Amino acid sequence: MKKEQIKDQDVLQTSEHHGMPRRDFFKILGGGIFIFFRPWGALDLSGTPAVQARGVPKDYNAFLRIAEDGTITCYTGKIEMGQGIITSLPQMMADELNVSVEKIKIIMGDTDICPWDQGTWGSQSTRIFGQLMRTATAEARGALMELGSAKLGVPVSQLIVKDGVVTDTKDPKKTVSYAQLAEGKRIEKFLDVKPSMEDFTKYKEIGKSYNRKDSLLKVTGEAKYTGDMKLPGMVFARILRPPSHATKLTSVDYSAAEKIAGTKVVRDGDFIAVLNESRDKADEAIVKVKAEYSFKELPVNDKTIYEYMVKADSTVTSVKSTGDIEAGQKLCDKVFDSEYHDPYVAHVAIETHSALAQLENGKMTVWAATQSPFGLREGIMRELGMAADKVRVITPFVGGGFGGKGEFQQGVEAAKIAKLSGKPVMLVWTREEEFFYDTFHPAGVIKVKSGIDKTGLIKFWDYNVFYSGTRGADALYEIPNIHISHHSQKNGSSPVHQFGTGAWRAPNNNTNTFAREVQIDVMAAAAGMDPLEFRMKNLKDEHLLGCLKAVADKFGYVPGKAPSGRGIGVAIGSDAGAWVAHIAEVKVDKKTGKVEVVRITCAQDMGLCINPEGATIQMEGCITMGLGYTLGEEVLFEGGKILTLSLDAYKIPLFSWLPKIETVILDRKNEPPQGGGEPAIIAIGAVVANAIFDATGARLYRMPMTPERVLEALKKV
Amino acid sequence: MEETIKFQLNGKKTESLIDPKQTLLWALRNHFGLTGTKFGCGMGFCGACTVLIDNEPVRSCQLSVGDTAGKNIITVEGLANDGKLHPVQKAFVEHDALQCGFCTPGMIMNATGLLIKNPAPSVQQIKEGMENNLCRCGAHMRIIEAVQTASKEMKGGK
Repeated sequence: MKKEQIKDQDVLQTSEHHGMPRRDFFKILGGGIFIFFRPWGALDLSGTPAVQARGVPKDYNAFLRIAEDGTITCYTGKIEMGQGIITSLPQMMADELNVSVEKIKIIMGDTDICPWDQGTWGSQSTRIFGQLMRTATAEARGALMELGSAKLGVPVSQLIVKDGVVTDTKDPKKTVSYAQLAEGKRIEKFLDVKPSMEDFTKYKEIGKSYNRKDSLLKVTGEAKYTGDMKLPGMVFARILRPPSHATKLTSVDYSAAEKIAGTKVVRDGDFIAVLNESRDKADEAIVKVKAEYSFKELPVNDKTIYEYMVKADSTVTSVKSTGDIEAGQKLCDKVFDSEYHDPYVAHVAIETHSALAQLENGKMTVWAATQSPFGLREGIMRELGMAADKVRVITPFVGGGFGGKGEFQQGVEAAKIAKLSGKPVMLVWTREEEFFYDTFHPAGVIKVKSGIDKTGLIKFWDYNVFYSGTRGADALYEIPNIHISHHSQKNGSSPVHQFGTGAWRAPNNNTNTFAREVQIDVMAAAAGMDPLEFRMKNLKDEHLLGCLKAVADKFGYVPGKAPSGRGIGVAIGSDAGAWVAHIAEVKVDKKTGKVEVVRITCAQDMGLCINPEGATIQMEGCITMGLGYTLGEEVLFEGGKILTLSLDAYKIPLFSWLPKIETVILDRKNEPPQGGGEPAIIAIGAVVANAIFDATGARLYRMPMTPERVLEALKKV
Repeated sequence: MEETIKFQLNGKKTESLIDPKQTLLWALRNHFGLTGTKFGCGMGFCGACTVLIDNEPVRSCQLSVGDTAGKNIITVEGLANDGKLHPVQKAFVEHDALQCGFCTPGMIMNATGLLIKNPAPSVQQIKEGMENNLCRCGAHMRIIEAVQTASKEMKGGK
């Protein structure tokens, strides 16, 4: 069989990234048919600086293997954290090979046997990676056909593949199995894949609803997460942590900790950890460490941060500029100037950052709860000065990520302690550590100035984001004069964000969609128009119009000018290539300011939907999680101290918050699949704010919409 | 100091030489190898560590092993009978009432305790009974549906 042309340089890059010469790689995996594939052109479509900074993969970043026993396995650096790709990815492969989904295995997030991957985020697994995998699978089928043709002595056009067997259509007795074809061979094909768009309606598996593949393991307690691993001689570590950010250790005395039976203390400069075979004893020992710190008083707290951001000396980047803002303003009958605030929000996966590290014969193996196994491997290589082939990261089941496990501090820490102590080390962050070192969704300010003419058409849109990022900052509506800019950290200036910030489910988009959709609602009310009608009038995008129609239909929407007293709000948005529209119904207790969300209906256009059951679960999850940042979640801080360090102080959505949730996925079988893990969360803040306005006439410009803030807004009605 | 503690664990009489001050959660996970019971916060706020003690759902991070002497402890590993899933487990699978699955054992144990006490709870009673078990993925709606289905299968429902 002919091999695809590959340049020597590519092979070299492959070896470097694997951290393992390819010869070894095959030694571990054995023979069979291998299809390596990587994206054609730039992979990065998410537009977040963090992703851009990490760069795009140069390696063939996934592969498919048909082993000598006929089993079909996909090896990928992606990971499963609840989003369900463990189910949907095999679905995308099954059709091409004409086998049932159960026949396809998927190996994820092991840096020694899976090719390099940038990480699992940005709702990319299905829309980008899955598409490539499907195309690679088609290539595998081609290879099997060619092999089958040679073996059976009949032309390819005369063959079919089904259930792991290649059959001669003219003589069905002439068959050869995948296993027979792959036996004793090592065939490699390298593809720079440009995913082909095909007629998806012919597929049987794609578009079928499947229950989660992993639920049996998860309901019985058998599913292994990082913290569930155990190695002989393993010790639990607790690390000495400062009481607040911007501190320096000035003195430390751990003699009392060392008196606790079985406790060992390791130290590298200011990095101090206590170790014990018992987690309870390690917990006991760490509080016995007496440490003093010098403090640097931070200039802001959770109340003053917004003014601080607006006044800061920032780098201003123009994101979009069309038409002429001043000219647009002259066409307007009414002009609206608003400022929106969004606080720092925590990820709060129920599994805290965890890692188990073992250094054995010069090789560091780390099991970690991470969205970025290869990022962690690089982190360990940097921190401990180790070569790529001396570090292996393995990702067991991950207990929720939401962007927070794109960072991997705990994995580097565990590796460091394993090296210092010479023992296998289990590090499971406490909830306090989680709230302290989490990379929060960044707080931000958005200033919007916009206007409408006498007919209710938006004529200009001047939109300025301060420090919260621009994903989702597009105007979406048909507006002739648009200016969008981002005010961000200036090099050399003192940092505006006082702690780590990072990607939080649909990064930046929750903030931007809140600002845009509330501003749209403000204009609709001023125009004396129904908010849904106002949106339709100002939209041209057929995806968004389609979502609005679908959601109105599902909800049974009756038009009315806000505030109608009914408590019904509308909002739309776009994220990860998909489009959403929501309608919510709320009840507001005007005495207490408490908001009860009664009902949320969401329509989503995600192109071709691979697994409707999985996509629906994600939409419900997005809606439920979104209620948190909308109604209650806010990281409070003062002088470098995080004040919300427990799940009592920082409330995430509870069963009692649950509204009636209805979802619709638009039928788009002939459009490429888009992201599904994030889009439905982006509009929850706006749809609830707009429903509160409809109920009461009170306009909220700040999240979360706590009872106090609702009461405050009610005073202005 | 280690002592011999006797209790019933997942249907078996168990006698163990163990430090009675050890937290039940860590004892279950490290001493008995029952890692289905999860650590989520260690302060009793999240419910990921919920087990049944004498049929009552309790937070195993808030108890010491010594407190459980003579009691009957059931963890998520002890629910299935002869390889047959408990109705609550079965309903969680049927309804896809989980995503990352980390809160799931605690949810299942809490729901089981709830159904023992109230075999036919209303939706409102399910919400109240499950209120303090946290799920971040947002599987709440499906968890409520799963508890309703389990209630019917356990002949509690109408």
